[in-house]
Formats: sequence, C-alpha cells, structure tokens
Amino acid sequence: MDKILEVKNLKLYYHTNKGAVKALDDVTFDLYKGETLGLVGESGCGKTTTGVALLRMPSPPGRIEEGSQIILDGRDIMPLTERQIRKDVRWEEVAMVFQGAMNCLTPVYTIGKQMMETLQEHREMEKKQAEELIKEYLSLVGLPPEVMGRYPHELSGGMKQRIVIATALFLKPKVVILDEPTTALDVIVQAQIINLLKKLKKTFDLSFIFITHDLSLEAEVSDRICVMYAGKIAELGTNQQIYGKQGPMHPYTEKLLQATPLLRKKVESLSFIPGAPPDLIDPPTGCRFHPRCHKVMDRCKVEEPPLIEVEPGHMVACWRCVK
Amino acid sequence: MSLNDNDVILQVKDLKKHFTPHQSLIQSLAGSGQKRPIKAVDGITFDLRRGEIFGLIGESGSGKTTTGKMIMKLIEPTSGTMVFNGEDVTHTDKLRTQVYRRQVQMIFQDPYASMNPRFKIRDVLQEPLIIHKIEGDNQKHDEMIIKSLTEVKLNPPAEFMGRYPHMLSGGQRQRVATARTLILNPMLLVADEPVSMIDLSTRAEILAMMKDVQRDLGLTYLYITHDLSTARYFTDRIAVMYLGRIVEMGPANELIDNPIHPYTKALIEAVPEPMTGKVDVIKELPISGEIPSPANIPPGCRFHTRCPYAKPECSEQSEPELMDAGNGHFHACRRWKEI
Repeated sequence: MDKILEVKNLKLYYHTNKGAVKALDDVTFDLYKGETLGLVGESGCGKTTTGVALLRMPSPPGRIEEGSQIILDGRDIMPLTERQIRKDVRWEEVAMVFQGAMNCLTPVYTIGKQMMETLQEHREMEKKQAEELIKEYLSLVGLPPEVMGRYPHELSGGMKQRIVIATALFLKPKVVILDEPTTALDVIVQAQIINLLKKLKKTFDLSFIFITHDLSLEAEVSDRICVMYAGKIAELGTNQQIYGKQGPMHPYTEKLLQATPLLRKKVESLSFIPGAPPDLIDPPTGCRFHPRCHKVMDRCKVEEPPLIEVEPGHMVACWRCVK
Repeated sequence: MSLNDNDVILQVKDLKKHFTPHQSLIQSLAGSGQKRPIKAVDGITFDLRRGEIFGLIGESGSGKTTTGKMIMKLIEPTSGTMVFNGEDVTHTDKLRTQVYRRQVQMIFQDPYASMNPRFKIRDVLQEPLIIHKIEGDNQKHDEMIIKSLTEVKLNPPAEFMGRYPHMLSGGQRQRVATARTLILNPMLLVADEPVSMIDLSTRAEILAMMKDVQRDLGLTYLYITHDLSTARYFTDRIAVMYLGRIVEMGPANELIDNPIHPYTKALIEAVPEPMTGKVDVIKELPISGEIPSPANIPPGCRFHTRCPYAKPECSEQSEPELMDAGNGHFHACRRWKEI
C-alpha cells in the first residue's frame, strides 16, 4: 500500500519559563492511503498535539523542533514557508475537525453564510455555484438544503457535527484528522456519525487520523491503532494485533484495555493504573511509563526502550519485548 | 412493589418539572401564543432502597440531571412527591431544607470547577462544617477532615490538607469531592457523572473507591450517567429515562442482558465494544433521528416517533405506564410481547 503521510522523528516542544515541555518526542509513524489510523491515550499524551503539528500550526509557545520530518504525498512540508503551507497544505491537503468544533460555529451567522465564507476564502467561485456545492455537501452528510438558512442554535449537536465534517471536506483534502469527533454526543448519535464517516471515507477516498481516548470506539473505527503515552508512541499495531485474541504487548495498552468497562459482560472488578501521567518538563528517566508499570524491571528505570518491530507491522516500545 | 417502608430511603412519586419559557413584555401584553412549557421531567416514580446504588441513565435532554437537582432540592418540583425516610420533603422550609442537605449530598461532574482554587484542601473540607454549623473547634474539625480523607484513601491525610486543588490530579480531586460530602455523614449521595471527566486509567479506581465507601458506611447512591458500561459495573439497579419519563427499570445485569423496551435495546446496540473485526462494518441502527424537544412531546407513547416497531395504537392510545415483567423488571412498552 502507498503511504500518503510519513512522520519521522517529530518533536514539538512548548518553550515555557520553567523549561521545554516535551509534548511530542520523536514520534514516527506512517499513514497509508485509504486507512484510518487511531491515536489513543490519556489526556496530555500528545494526541491532539500530533494533529496540530501535521497542519504545522502549533499554538505558541509550541515549536516543531529541528530534525522533524512530515512527508505528505512525497513532499516534505517542514521546509515550506507559512504562505506555501496556507496555499497548498492546510485545509487543501490536510484538514482537521477539532474537538468541540461544533460549538465554535458563530451564533450570529446562518450555516450557509459560514460555509460560504470557508469556500470563498479558498476558491474563486460564483455565489450560485458555491451554493450548489454547499447543498451537495449537506446532502452527503445527510442534511436537507434548508439547513443553510438556519442558525447554529436551531440545530442539534449531531447536526452541527455533520456541518463541521462537511466543511472540512469542501476542499477535497487527502488526509482528515478527526479529534474526538463524537465525544460530546450521545451514543446513538455517535454511532450515526461513525457510520457517516465510514461512508464518506469510501466516497472521497480519504485517509483518516482518528483521535480519541475511547478504546472501545477506536476498535470499531481504526485499521491500525497507535497508543501514545507522555509524548511518545508506546505501541502501534493493527486492529487485530491490539484487540485480537493475543492481545496488546505493551503493559500500558494492556492495562488500559483492562480498565475499560464492558457493557456486554459482567465484571466484578476493573483494574486501573496507579498514579498519574508524568510532568513533561522533567519526564522520568528510562521508560516514561516505568513509575506506573506493573511489569517494571531494573533496566526500564535507566534506559529508554526503542520502538521496535516485534512482528510484521507491530511496533512496541518495551524492554520486555526486546529479545 | 411490596417493600417494607424501612427499606426505602427515598420514594419519588409522579415527580414533574415543567419549565415555562421566558416571554417578553410585548409578548405577554399581546397575550398571543402562550409558549408551551418545557416538560423536562414528566412524571417519574421510583424507590431508592437503603444501601443500593441506583443508576439513572439517559441521553442529554432526557431529564436525568433535572431529576437529580430536584432530589437535591436545588429546584422545586412542579408536582409530585418525594418522601425521604418516611417524611414528605417535597416542599420544605429553609430550616428543614438545610437539615435535608446534610443528609443528602452531591458529587459534581467537574472536579476542576467544583473547588475554590484559593482554598487549601483543609479549607475545602471545613467549609461544609462551617455552613452547617457543626460544633467543634478547629482541632475537632481537623479530626473529622482527617477521618473523611482516610475514608477516600488519600494518604497521608495530613499532607493533602495543606495542598491546593491545582496540585492534585483529576482523580485525587474527585476523592476530595467525595470526602467533602462524607464529612457531614450523609445517608444518600447524588453523583452526577462523577467520572466522565476523569481519565480512563483512573476512572475504575475512583468507582472502586466510591463503591468501597458505600459498602463501609452503608450509603445509598443515585448515580446519574449517560454511560451504560460504567453503570453496569457500578450499579445494582438501573432506570432508563427518555424524554422526561422512565421507560425501563430493573436490576442492572438483567436490564442490560435482557432489555425489553425498544429504546433500551437501541441504546445497548449503539455502545461500541473493544473487539476486533468491526472496522468495515456499518452498524445497523434500529432507531434513527434524535431525541425530540421536551417542549413538543409526541402524543401516546413518547418514543413512537423513533420506534421501529411502532403501530398506530402506540400514538393513539394513552401513554403506557410502567409494567412489571417479573423479577422487578419494569418497562413501559405496550407491545413488548410481540417484539
């Protein structure tokens, strides 16, 4: 399969008075054409930061460090100027649906006007033509054309989320980053949106990066799963490798799965991970997970484990997996 | 239900809360178009048994939080009764309300917003003692604070008392929030989404702690949530709400393994599961659309507009009441035997 996106040694530090917060530290992964890659982890592990870095718009005082490479469809976008990024990359090739984006629609403009604004910013287009296009996209996300004349407060959460998704797809991007697109929605609406996303992916031949903290949801959406912890990748594997019979290999993923309550099975007690994620200004030495790990060894405390391939397509950063 | 009155700590009967939308002066002078009331809670009846964890489940707009607020006496019910420990507490004076609030305490959803950032944990925990004029000097209060911090397993308590909320993790804050409710020796705790803002890795830890506290102190919980999975793990009985009414109620395991009402079935169907092999599957959803507005409740069975099994009788006949299907499993579906 062809790669649409290659991320190599991505580092994003927030430079604060107290020192650099290493929000992303040497993150390397690929995204294949037509796949959905899931990013999971606790809050503060760098999921959203990865998404923002791919658009090359870290919020200050964040900075993408030297040596990071983001290769989009064969072209390294790191050396590009801000102007080129705006013209060629951001929203054009890579689009992002931000967490809570549905709550960021302007309350004083109609939906049609807001969608029109996005379109006219990037494309020279007659108003008539633009309206037609908006109607087409609205019907693609399952909304009637009348929605154009409505204000955001007249719509439900699910409808607003559909509008945000339609807007992200306008410019025909190749990669769409979805940051917790269903977190604020009810389960039935969540299932509707997930179905919609799966259909749109096929229609437009898209590649998705799906960010969520919900391991159950990720299992139903993503072809491959990338588990992040404290700014690093802990484990990356196919859906089968992470959720299949054999189970995940990194102790962190293992524990996270055991902490997920199951609906269809009665569990007497759930396990949990003691402690809290580390401070990224001064992360623990060795493996960043070692203070909370139930399988910790002496080596873990001093030496940082590399991310190595333990079986085809399955990468794990744990000393227990190094033979 | 033939329960001894002593086993029931709170009896809620036909409780309703209707909000009247605001009208402008001109609208009311013109007298035109009296706005419809918003029926947030529209006649719910249930018993909380002493020492149980009762889950109130529903989507947003189902009225579960409004119910919690009425039980906390933060808002006045429009009609219906609440009987707490054999005493009618639906409408009480200021003095009785204050005593009631000592017996019924609440844990809020957001552990970041529910504490004064300028207060040390000691002050956070002493505040309820001052408000409720619990006798004792600082030293006596300190003993009570240490006791409640120990109950929620924040060790060593003395160290936590000197910290500020920003120095604690989300899980630790939720423990402090629990300790703050325990300090008044309540009988009933209302917990509105207590873990929805806590990371998955510590969520189970908080729920386990709350369960331990409940067992040790013999408390009763009303657990309000939208999350069926934690409800199954955490509660003894569950009531599912839809548009201001309970549509199904029963023992947690029984209700989730053998749901009767089409709405409960759909909810369970929609919950994702951490299993492989479902990426290419488009989930069949038995119900479409979204929850209607509580200002415009459909006639007859209020679920009929979205129900895949609805027949003309469902909208024409009066609203079905809760019926017992045996073993304490109640439901409000007239056609349950056919579907």
